[in-house]
Amino acid sequence: MDIFIQLVANGLMLGGLFAMISIGLTLIFGIVKVINFAHGEFLMVGMYVVYLLTGWLDLHPYVTAVPLIVLFFVLGAAIQRFIIQPLLDAEDPHVQIFATVGLSTAMINLALLVFGADLRTTTGIGVRAPVHIGGVRLLFGQIMMFLSAVGLVLAIHLFLTRTFLGRAIRAVAQNRGAAALMGVNVNKIYIITFGIGAACVGLASALVAPMYPVSPTIGTYFVLTAFVVVVLGGMGSIQGAFLGAMIIGLVDSLSGYYIAPDLKEVVYFAIFIAILIWRPTGLLGLGKGSE
Amino acid sequence: MLLVDDVSAGYGEVTVLHGISIDVQPGEVVTIVGANGAGKTTLLRTIAGLIRPRSGTITFEGRDIGHLAAHDTVDLGVTLVPEARQLFPFMTVRDNLYLGAFRKDARDGMEKRLGEVLELFPRVRERLDQLANSLSGGEQQMVAIARGLMANPRLMMFDEPSLGLAPMIVKQVFEVIEEIVGMGKTVLLVEQNVFQTLSIADRGYVLENGAVVLADTGAALLKNDHVRRAYLGI
Repeated sequence: MDIFIQLVANGLMLGGLFAMISIGLTLIFGIVKVINFAHGEFLMVGMYVVYLLTGWLDLHPYVTAVPLIVLFFVLGAAIQRFIIQPLLDAEDPHVQIFATVGLSTAMINLALLVFGADLRTTTGIGVRAPVHIGGVRLLFGQIMMFLSAVGLVLAIHLFLTRTFLGRAIRAVAQNRGAAALMGVNVNKIYIITFGIGAACVGLASALVAPMYPVSPTIGTYFVLTAFVVVVLGGMGSIQGAFLGAMIIGLVDSLSGYYIAPDLKEVVYFAIFIAILIWRPTGLLGLGKGSE
Repeated sequence: MLLVDDVSAGYGEVTVLHGISIDVQPGEVVTIVGANGAGKTTLLRTIAGLIRPRSGTITFEGRDIGHLAAHDTVDLGVTLVPEARQLFPFMTVRDNLYLGAFRKDARDGMEKRLGEVLELFPRVRERLDQLANSLSGGEQQMVAIARGLMANPRLMMFDEPSLGLAPMIVKQVFEVIEEIVGMGKTVLLVEQNVFQTLSIADRGYVLENGAVVLADTGAALLKNDHVRRAYLGI
């Protein structure tokens, strides 16, 4: 029984990690309707930035979250404005998706050029310190990640439901023509939303970097799970992404122990497919335009 | 107040409007009637800024609005209640109404205006916290009109507000529009429901194949032989 509780706790912590990475992805997909294949590479770049900032300025990795959120908001907004938006009028909408694939490849190779292929480790005092809660042993960094994910979901939910800008963002997702008739500048909303989605990755980078070593291809490793989480939760649903992340985290942790570590991906993809057969729109997705 | 001068517009390769000229004076109810495909909706969408005119000018209170984007046109006080209602389906009625007040001039006093608008629509008040897509067609049309009023527009345009509604509800929609006129709003109304529309209009234009073929007072158009034959079946 003790081991089970420990495994559940591990699963939830892992879910916190997946949620942190998935929230920005689902936000951008749900509102801007662009699948950002460079999402994992945003995380990779963010982790390098954390690595550099902690090294140069002797900052704690968590402190770098502040400049990273600002930097990534600007980066995301610029990508929407100068790469995605000019492609909005393209005859084939898939062009936008390929642009993000190109961006991803370019970022990986740029990182290879600058940092080489070696793993770089960011150190953060106290991040790997064990914390005992009841009979469960967790790392401080895992708990921070989980709490940040919960906080981020709540913050974005409040922002989207309680503010003029948040309501305008949801309106654009549900009916962009009608939103324009309300006086909402749709292109501006896309730029802001892409910025917010990228800023989520900025925050995630500061939390992930002291836990995992960074290499140019680390983004691909994380983003595959993030895509599963986003589809499972219902594309565009923030709460859905959180729920999906927790399910994948738990399945990963439990099946890795009770079935076999090498089979855990088989198990979670099997569950993933089963859930999609039962609910093709994902757990909390209501179908087209439900954000 | 609104002056549309020799405007042509369309979609892609198709030109729908061929040199249309209409005007709306402050406080007037002006209607545009015509058959399906005559270009009525295209004309309203062009004024609202959703479509750019190919030629001609559109001025509102002396300002050229022909080349403004839709969201900038709204900011000047021109609101379109679109065809087929176009609510935000997965948002509550309340959020839909708040979005109506998105334009800068409408945000102050939003709650006060919400109270005033709900006076007109007691049924909408009961539905405030339901999702818009759970409402009946008639209720959705009332929400669409209420949402338009939340912008506190000076010129309010309606695109086929009675489309697809039961006769009882159509009657209510027209009553609401008359109340809005009574509030001093200037109204530009597009309808297929020619008799009821001309009955409440000060002036009307008859649109056929993208051109104005008749322009007169509402009462005179109701007696016009062409209108009676083509649209009223008399």
